[in-house]
Amino acid sequence: MVVAELLVRTGQGSHSAFAELHRTCAARIHGLAQRIVRNHSQAQEITQDVFLEFWQKAGTFDPARGSAINWMLTVARRRAIDRARATYASVRRDTVFHHRHYSTAHDSTSEAVLASLEAHRVHVALSGLSAVQREALELAYLEDLTHVEVARLLDLPLGTVKGRIRDGLIRLRAAEGVGR
Amino acid sequence: MTDEHTDDALGGGSWPDHALVGAYALDAVDPQDRAAALFERHLARCPDCQDEVASLREAASTLSAICSATPRAELRLALIEQIGRVRPLPPTDQRSTPARLPGPGHRDRPTARHRRGRRRAGVVLALAAAVLVVAGLGATRPWDDAVLSPSQQVLRAADARSASVDLGRGARATLVHSDDVNRSVIETENMPVPPTGSVYQLWYERDGTLVSAGLMPRGPDHTVRLQGDARGADGAVVTVEPEGGSERPTSEPVAEFDFGLIG
Repeated sequence: MVVAELLVRTGQGSHSAFAELHRTCAARIHGLAQRIVRNHSQAQEITQDVFLEFWQKAGTFDPARGSAINWMLTVARRRAIDRARATYASVRRDTVFHHRHYSTAHDSTSEAVLASLEAHRVHVALSGLSAVQREALELAYLEDLTHVEVARLLDLPLGTVKGRIRDGLIRLRAAEGVGR
Repeated sequence: MTDEHTDDALGGGSWPDHALVGAYALDAVDPQDRAAALFERHLARCPDCQDEVASLREAASTLSAICSATPRAELRLALIEQIGRVRPLPPTDQRSTPARLPGPGHRDRPTARHRRGRRRAGVVLALAAAVLVVAGLGATRPWDDAVLSPSQQVLRAADARSASVDLGRGARATLVHSDDVNRSVIETENMPVPPTGSVYQLWYERDGTLVSAGLMPRGPDHTVRLQGDARGADGAVVTVEPEGGSERPTSEPVAEFDFGLIG
């Protein structure tokens, strides 16, 4: 069953739809939270909190306005970023530190995703990106940096970074087929 | 399309910088940035750019897949317990599509092949089996005024257990069982229609014997309470039987649920 239908049925109060929604999407939500806050117990809390929120607010999801998974990921990402900001005096300084010392553009591809049904699709989508595109996208999406900060961090002209981010997303969109 | 689109190359000046559309989709523009403010003003009145931002936002969610990590199983159980105590907010009525989504290919409607009733050919289900796990914990709920579906009533039982089996091609059956409530409920999604002249029959398994627990109505999605005493059953199975059902199963199970192997 598609995620949107699970979310709609969750909004109608279906416990089994919610259970299935969790089974289908928890790894995406939890993984994103964990990547952003870099802390297991905080990521767990965020995952629990946002799933409760999905249960309560699923009825407000409007399938016409975007995909269900994006609706959920947007909530989770926002929550995780807020948490990360509250935790670190500056999540950005932390990121810059992390980036300089571990330089890990690709370490984030977890075994879980390699084993999942999504693996192939995601792999294909991401393999179409250049290293710079992928790094710029990850810094903006996962580390919550602005494009100006990304440019500074990667030591690239602002225009280049803007273009890389846009072109990278366009490639992902093309590889994905949007609106799942 | 507005005239402003014709001047994509210019980043500054009074023209909106369309290269920002990507950064904007990622919420990665600095609100202090002049070019960003200009683009945002443009966005507010340009449906094309709004669509572009929306579709790039969808694309961005792919990025989250690279850090996928499954949370611990007990968190899932805790959540399922919690939602029994938390009331969902009423849906908004702004929804522009009906609740059942006509999504692409997610529902296997009966095909001509099914309807012709070639025995077995129409039933694509392979045997799938599952062990039930504890689904709901804690018997008291602060709110009970809502009309509960049979599966919710069972799920709310302190000893509720549930299991899903994936039957292939999007078909899925979930069984929820409670000894306390003395009831089991099966919920099917996208079940292929059985061949003409046959039905899905439900059975409880008790001490190695299968006892009929009624027939499934035709149709892909149903929530059905199994007939008879649920208490003490070791498991449940689903078979395909001739119309009207059988005294004893005449075919191999298409789905099997084991109540027993859990602590």
